[in-house]
Amino acid sequence: MTTEVGSETEVRKEPEKAEEQPAAPESEPAATNQTDEAKAAEQSANDHPAPATDSAEAPAEAKEKQEEAQPADNATPQEGEDTPASPPASEKKGISRFLPPWLKKQKSQSQVGPKESQAAAKEEAGVASVKEEDGEKGEQAEAEQTSSPTAAQPQVEEEKINGEPKPEQKEEVKLEEKEEENHSTGSADTQPAKEEKAAEESQEKSAAEEENKEAEEGGEEKKDEEESPKPEGGHSFIKSPLKLTKKVKMVMCHVTMLDGSQFPCEVEKRAKGQYLFFKVYEALNLLEKDYFGLSYKDNADQTCWLDPTKEIKRQIRNATWQFAFNVKFYPPDPSQLTEDITRYLLCLQLRQDIVSGRLPCSFVTHSLLGSYALQAELGDHDSGEHRLDYISDFQFAPSQTKEMEEKVVELHKTHRGMTPAQADAQFLENAKKLSMYGVDLHHAKDSEGVDIMLGVCANGLLIYKDRLRINRFAWPKILKISYKRSNFYIKIRPGETEQFESSVGFKLPNHRAAKRVWKVCVENHTFFRLMTPEAPIKAKFLTLGSKFRYSGRTQAQTRQASTLIDRPAPYFERTSSKRISRSLDGAPMINVTEAQESAPTSGENGREPGLELSSDSKSGRLRVQGENIYVRHSNLMLEDLDKTQEDVLKHQASISELKRSFMEATPEPRPSQWEKRLTASPATSLRLQAQGRCPPSRTQEPLPDLTVDTVAKSADDKQKSGEAAWQAAEVEIEETVVVEEIRVAPKGSVTITTPEVITHVAVESEVEKPKDKVMEEQKRPVSVSSDSEEEEEEEEAGEYHPQVTVSASVDQIKEEPEEEGEEEEEQQVNEEPVAEPLPEPVVEVKAQPVPAVVEENSATEPQLAPVAEESPEDILVTPDEAPNGHAESPEGHPGPVALEEEEEEEEEEPRVNGDASHSETERLPQVICCSEPPVVKTEMVTISDTFAAQKTEIATKEVPIVHTETKTITYEAAQLDGSGDGEPGVLMTAQTITSESLCTTTTTHITKTLKGGLSETRIEKRIVITGDSDIDHDQALAQAIKEAKEQHPDMSVTRVVVHKETELAEEGED
Amino acid sequence: MASVLPYGRFTHAVVRGIPETFGKVEDEKNNRVENGETAMDLAKAQRQFGVLTGALRQKVGLQLIEIPADPELPESWRIEDVAVIQGDTALITRPFKQQRRSETEAVRRVMSELNLTVVEMGAEEGGSAGATLEGSDVLFTGREFFVGISSHTNYRGAEVLADTFRDFAVSTVPVCGGARLKNICSMGGPDTIIISNSDGAKKTLRMMEQLTDHHYEVLTVPEGAAANCVYVRGPSKVDYLLHPPTEECPESVPVSEQWSLGYFIKQYFLYPRYCAFGKYIAIRIYSYPLTYSTFCCYSLNLKWIKLLFFSPIYTH
Repeated sequence: MTTEVGSETEVRKEPEKAEEQPAAPESEPAATNQTDEAKAAEQSANDHPAPATDSAEAPAEAKEKQEEAQPADNATPQEGEDTPASPPASEKKGISRFLPPWLKKQKSQSQVGPKESQAAAKEEAGVASVKEEDGEKGEQAEAEQTSSPTAAQPQVEEEKINGEPKPEQKEEVKLEEKEEENHSTGSADTQPAKEEKAAEESQEKSAAEEENKEAEEGGEEKKDEEESPKPEGGHSFIKSPLKLTKKVKMVMCHVTMLDGSQFPCEVEKRAKGQYLFFKVYEALNLLEKDYFGLSYKDNADQTCWLDPTKEIKRQIRNATWQFAFNVKFYPPDPSQLTEDITRYLLCLQLRQDIVSGRLPCSFVTHSLLGSYALQAELGDHDSGEHRLDYISDFQFAPSQTKEMEEKVVELHKTHRGMTPAQADAQFLENAKKLSMYGVDLHHAKDSEGVDIMLGVCANGLLIYKDRLRINRFAWPKILKISYKRSNFYIKIRPGETEQFESSVGFKLPNHRAAKRVWKVCVENHTFFRLMTPEAPIKAKFLTLGSKFRYSGRTQAQTRQASTLIDRPAPYFERTSSKRISRSLDGAPMINVTEAQESAPTSGENGREPGLELSSDSKSGRLRVQGENIYVRHSNLMLEDLDKTQEDVLKHQASISELKRSFMEATPEPRPSQWEKRLTASPATSLRLQAQGRCPPSRTQEPLPDLTVDTVAKSADDKQKSGEAAWQAAEVEIEETVVVEEIRVAPKGSVTITTPEVITHVAVESEVEKPKDKVMEEQKRPVSVSSDSEEEEEEEEAGEYHPQVTVSASVDQIKEEPEEEGEEEEEQQVNEEPVAEPLPEPVVEVKAQPVPAVVEENSATEPQLAPVAEESPEDILVTPDEAPNGHAESPEGHPGPVALEEEEEEEEEEPRVNGDASHSETERLPQVICCSEPPVVKTEMVTISDTFAAQKTEIATKEVPIVHTETKTITYEAAQLDGSGDGEPGVLMTAQTITSESLCTTTTTHITKTLKGGLSETRIEKRIVITGDSDIDHDQALAQAIKEAKEQHPDMSVTRVVVHKETELAEEGED
Repeated sequence: MASVLPYGRFTHAVVRGIPETFGKVEDEKNNRVENGETAMDLAKAQRQFGVLTGALRQKVGLQLIEIPADPELPESWRIEDVAVIQGDTALITRPFKQQRRSETEAVRRVMSELNLTVVEMGAEEGGSAGATLEGSDVLFTGREFFVGISSHTNYRGAEVLADTFRDFAVSTVPVCGGARLKNICSMGGPDTIIISNSDGAKKTLRMMEQLTDHHYEVLTVPEGAAANCVYVRGPSKVDYLLHPPTEECPESVPVSEQWSLGYFIKQYFLYPRYCAFGKYIAIRIYSYPLTYSTFCCYSLNLKWIKLLFFSPIYTH
């Protein structure tokens, strides 16, 4: 019982986390509460400060909390531990492939194995690990977990040992894992072991976890952990059997702060980015953190943003654990920032930008800004104390002349009486006017091969040739952002005099660069243009292309959250040069003391103290990894980083969605959003039950497997892909983000989604996914090969439809889900290779019958989903999209039916499907994107086949999963109700009409958006028609559309998405 | 402080007299296209020049720096072409016509005397080789630069300008419906652009609107000549709009005056301390359209100086 509960809680927690991010805006108060809690915790002298700062970034907290309270409300804490779990997911992948027997032996165990594989998949891994923990641990380990951290410690050690044998691990690990599971107290321990297997990442995470645990539990564990990380590789084999649980390996991260200081931070090797974020924010005592991010240099020396939702290890790959704390989103109006410390940090960033030349300015501006910086740091000019050379320590410009220094001093004298805060404000007021303020530049070529620069900023996309601005596309003008291979496309809204949309294409140096630009665009658009981030598709739409979406808070949300900040201005030392200014605003002494008291460990107030503390506690660990020197990035680099982070965030969001879905699906107990939504529909309960049966295993297993597979297979796949031309074609997955700005509220769009045979579809999709994954892996490698490092990079293409509407409209939501689905699919496929994808999808399906169906559909029809998105929103888009390379339409079916066929085909050939879907979308601009009927059976079969080919184990695993799914399906079928909308909105109506052979469930979401005085009402109707194969789907669809039009004569149908899912009775494996 | 309104207030105006050779060169150079009208009336031009200088000195209250006319340089009166000034920096341009490049010498001297940071476009050869830029293709709105790509100004020249004034966005726009950017549009007030009604001008305006991050009020005038105005923010905290006389563009005046009034009221709320109601003065000085350049200067003595370059241009 306890075990189960634990698992559920964990699962729930994970979903919550995922949700938290998207929901962050809504849950701001909660976040604040968390922050408060975190603070309190810090004050209480807890060793782990991170959790407190950000609710959304609860993972760190979760870790801590996990130890303390398993069932605790804070799901996030566990997530932190889960992060280790995520590595397991990767392991699962690998394991699943390699170790079918486990799966066969025991579902839970098998699941565990997959979980381990999943661990590889960072994002998924977390979920998977949780699941695993739930399942396995729940049974055995959970008891331990509940018992206490102490139990976990031994396990951890064991895990560590086990974890060492990474390569061979899979089988051993699986076995070990089983054992470990028993041993492993909490999710973290077992997961870490898995993680180790999967990768070093786990070590990191585990280390982080361990740290937390240690703090709580004691130093012994830490020692063990510390020791273990290094030796793990060697010990793994021997110890692994005994200590299957993951060993928590700690890794020393070095973060270069904006003042140039180094912030050492020990994290578990498998820790997610959020953990590090927490640590840094905590050290800085920063609340308005959404403008900032952590960057790192990838192997290509390109600056990338660290995705908080993904494992650090998986993001940095082989790069050093060296990060930089940077401003990611430059607030257009810094005066609207709430706290001086935020402005101070922004000043430091801008000074860095100016010195590096990234932010060009004139001589006068250099001098003026330099004088403000002096005033802020040194206070009033003192002719006696300040000699002319007193500024020689400061750098104001890339090339600093004596003349400039004289000018700075001259201006400095005029600032007498200005407080540091005022000087910072003046600095920002002048800096923000600079034309290149906040512009992220990327090298590119235009359609004619001319070298240009793409500048992404808060207002839109700027095109520069040399220093000249030659074009500008404001966000409202952009309908869709997409990339394919190394091409980056934007679709432009037609002008007043124009009838058709136009697409503009740019050539980036490589695929990764294209994706970086795309990500940055998606993130910037979301942050500055939307009220809320696009919700990752809660429903699990599996689609090709990047799932990436920005998952953090938007500017609007962070501003709103900032209004809730109620604390005395934190003391901070304004010294990049470590000098204490004479005229500090507050009483420095008091502040300092407070700061010390409040966050001794983290060094909240004073960066330096924080650094010291961290270094002290983690010094030993740090040494292990070695110190990396952080290299400041050039402007371009920074830009790239920004983009990547955005992408990462988006991916995270999508991942989080997946996780949530999985979590929700798997854990019966948790009433997730889906469940709530589903409550209206009877199916939910059934689903839950079904899920409950095999949920834990599923969730855990699928994720890990996926990750592992992706990692391991990627290389192989790449090779394969290179070989096969078709693969290349498949590789061309576009990520497109459709930005829909709701123009005038008056018109509402009715979206009709008619998924058929929900569960089955999902299964099929999953099946396809696995295949796809395999294929994709191969494909990915081809396209990705250059970009292989990042999962995101692997994604060949991505689409993003910027939705201008400030408030998240239903359409947006819809779009997002679909898009996300696509992205997710891509990610899963690309990132998370074959084995994982299958299990995960299955799990999802099971967990969330209705939603799952949707997701499944999307998965099966990844392309379709994108198409649907494009088509509904941008009917006209299709032509535009064509340029992207969707042309693969041979398969493209004008009608939904055709799509269905494609889907079927897709099942066999995922890529084909994806392509087809794109083509379809393009072809069927306005109307209908149909993802057709995936055969439920297929999933299982397909997976099994795929896996079988690769590894029988997977098949076995899958089988159990399939069973679950099957059950779920059955229930659903029986219930006939399944309209799962993960989309935010107001659920207006949900009705089920059942006839002899037909069951129709209609769910209506109405979203009203107020934008610029215009209110836009978007109505999304999701109609689920479930029935016998005899149903004339076309007719049903036509009827549904007709009814929708009749019901809302004053509204226009902007998008119709059809998901056809046909169950295949043939599930031999099941 | 130094970051006030970039458009600034004008303290100085630099003009150059009308030479006796006025109009001759243009005939020789087949610049009829640009001149449009046939007769180049030296006497009329000198008359207008006198009105202009008088208005600048006495009504607007600027310190007027007049560079003597040089008969060897028949186009030297178009002084705005040879320098672009913003803040404390003066960019000495490289006119398209070889024979005009010697016009820069006198202007460069004046710039130096005003303690401006003089930036050259560079040697004929080298990095900026081939770059040409004339000030009449440069529109400074106070927030950004627009550079019209015309027969006299090319991208290379615009790049040099962008490299010189790094604080501002520099956007290039095609010049349609006129020979020079400032023949079709000009600043008519803070964040207000006056533009002629021609299709080409509209095309240019659309491009400008797409390229800018800011919002500008647009005042469309039916006659091309009427779009050639000068918005002067004088040292006495009174704003002036110098525009062609009614007889030159009868269709535009009502529009302008009407607009002026409306704008004035609007401005009153936006900048109450700068605008005394009723002090908005529309000065009609010239029958020939004038082109102008407006600049502000940041001098080394930390005082803001506004330079107003006025050069009567014989466009039609």
